[in-house]
Amino acid sequence: MAILLVLFIPRAASDPSFFVQILVYGLANGAIYALIALGYTMVYGIIELINFAHGDVFTLGAFVSLPLIGAFGLTEGQSASLGLYAALLVIAIIVMLILGGVNVLIERIAYRPLRHAPRLAPLITAVGMSFILEGAMYIWRGANNIHYPDFLPAGRISLGGSASIGYKDLIVIALAVVFVVVLTTFINRSKLGKAMRATAQDQDAAQLMGIDINRTIAATFFIGAILAGAGGIIFGLYFNTVRFDLGFQAGLFAFTAAVFGGIGNIQGAAIGGLFIGLVKAYSDGYFTSQLTDVWIFSILILVLVFRPTGLLGMRVPEK
Amino acid sequence: MALLEIDAVDTYYGRVHALQGVSLSIEEGEIVTLIGSNGAGKTTTLRTISGLTPASRGQVRLRGRDITHLPAAQIVGLGIGHVPEGRRIFHRMSVRDNLVLGAYRRKDREGIRRDQEHVLTLFPRVRQRLHQIGGTLSGGEQQMLAIARGLMSKPKVLLLDEPSLGLAPILVDQIFDIIRDINREGTTILLIEQNATKALTVSNRGYVLETGRIVKQGPTKMLLESPDVQRAYLGI
Ligand SMILES: Nc1ncnc2c1ncn2[C@@H]1O[C@H](COP(=O)(O)OP(=O)(O)OP(=O)(O)O)[C@@H](O)[C@H]1O
Ligand SMILES: [Mg+2]
Repeated sequence: MAILLVLFIPRAASDPSFFVQILVYGLANGAIYALIALGYTMVYGIIELINFAHGDVFTLGAFVSLPLIGAFGLTEGQSASLGLYAALLVIAIIVMLILGGVNVLIERIAYRPLRHAPRLAPLITAVGMSFILEGAMYIWRGANNIHYPDFLPAGRISLGGSASIGYKDLIVIALAVVFVVVLTTFINRSKLGKAMRATAQDQDAAQLMGIDINRTIAATFFIGAILAGAGGIIFGLYFNTVRFDLGFQAGLFAFTAAVFGGIGNIQGAAIGGLFIGLVKAYSDGYFTSQLTDVWIFSILILVLVFRPTGLLGMRVPEK
Repeated sequence: MALLEIDAVDTYYGRVHALQGVSLSIEEGEIVTLIGSNGAGKTTTLRTISGLTPASRGQVRLRGRDITHLPAAQIVGLGIGHVPEGRRIFHRMSVRDNLVLGAYRRKDREGIRRDQEHVLTLFPRVRQRLHQIGGTLSGGEQQMLAIARGLMSKPKVLLLDEPSLGLAPILVDQIFDIIRDINREGTTILLIEQNATKALTVSNRGYVLETGRIVKQGPTKMLLESPDVQRAYLGI
């Protein structure tokens, strides 16, 4: 660790513009991880399942949006207009609803029957579900990179030196912030949000309040898929290329983000997402992208070993 | 017709046969106590009524309506409140949110507000802690919150599972006073207590449960005077 910093600090200081540039890139990347991590953390929070298929639901978001973009007659290079963004918004909403439905279905057929089975059973099912989703996307669009049309404005704002932040970066970061704020408010304030937290803490007690826990768990999967679907579209718009197995790595990174922030903790997942995005960006930028996986999984292991409750783990005593 | 009837109920946890043909009935306005030693099936009886562990045989009836196999979440809505063993408040939520969740099934905002006010008058300690996180309350405060939360559903029958367990004697007396108050206000009560003497004293009738069967029942006076009951449960 120390050696890394010794290597890193002088290089960062010698070219501050590059440092800032990587920061921008890392935040935009991290915003997407944050959206995925929220779904992991919500599902884990409520049924203590690491939903390995969640990363693939994210990919599915990008995949399902592609034919819709065609169906809405949107073509790359058309001038940015209110109509274009309105159409994208409608597409995003349709995708989120479809994915919500898919995820509720996954929970219903793959996880609910195993709710009282030993922990390992649903975990294995989740891995299986991940393979099924990736397989389906592979059959659908093949193994190659697929181009995702570029609709976001291309301009950049200078940050001094040679560093700049693109409108694209700003849009991605802003969208993620909006989603996190809306979700947090919803979970804290709404009746369904309270039911979700109650179910997460004590299912029997939740039922005694009159909470239908099956419906509440389904709602959690629905909301997780909405966020992942939005993340998939945002990823496509930002990177302009998607592939069937995108969710594998993105999912593991987002899972690390969720663990880092304290699994089950919404704000933690958002912060963890940004952190992992930054780690990835700096690793890619200053070292080599081949090492990025190593850093990130080292973080995962270190957190699991030394601080399993994560950065913002549940701090309230369980009496 | 009895308000709540349990008719020859058998309940299992997997292969454990916890209730074996248990029957009891409670009239509107009564306080009924269920006593029995550890593992006799008292908690299971309440879980069977509230739907958490539904019966495999027999029936649970509320005002004659069969509710045996309704989901627990629906049974609360019909007027059976269950304050579970070990309090089970939501530790990571505020006291206020705990109360709000107690009224989850209700739609009458005005009524909910009035009942919250009333419940907080019954439990001034809970009012003082309204904005605190549940897990930071003391054991006694948590117990009061659990009862207060149970009342928020506006139950016709309230099932109380060892409400005085682990409390200081002065708090135990308070809890029993409140149980009596709640009953006077029209809520029927089915009570489980370690403290059998106290419980029987506030009750109209009692049942004695032994390894999943009712072995004795009757007016409290009779139970308090029964040598068997005295020896086994009253420590006399
Ligand atoms: N979840 C469970 N799984 C298996 N067996 C259980 C479970 N809960 C209770 N039992 C068994 O069912 C029987 C009745 O338990 P119950 O909790 O109803 O007793 P109780 O009368 O409430 O006892 P206590 O006074 O200790 O609270 C006991 O033999 C107990 O071991
Ligand atoms: Mg018990």
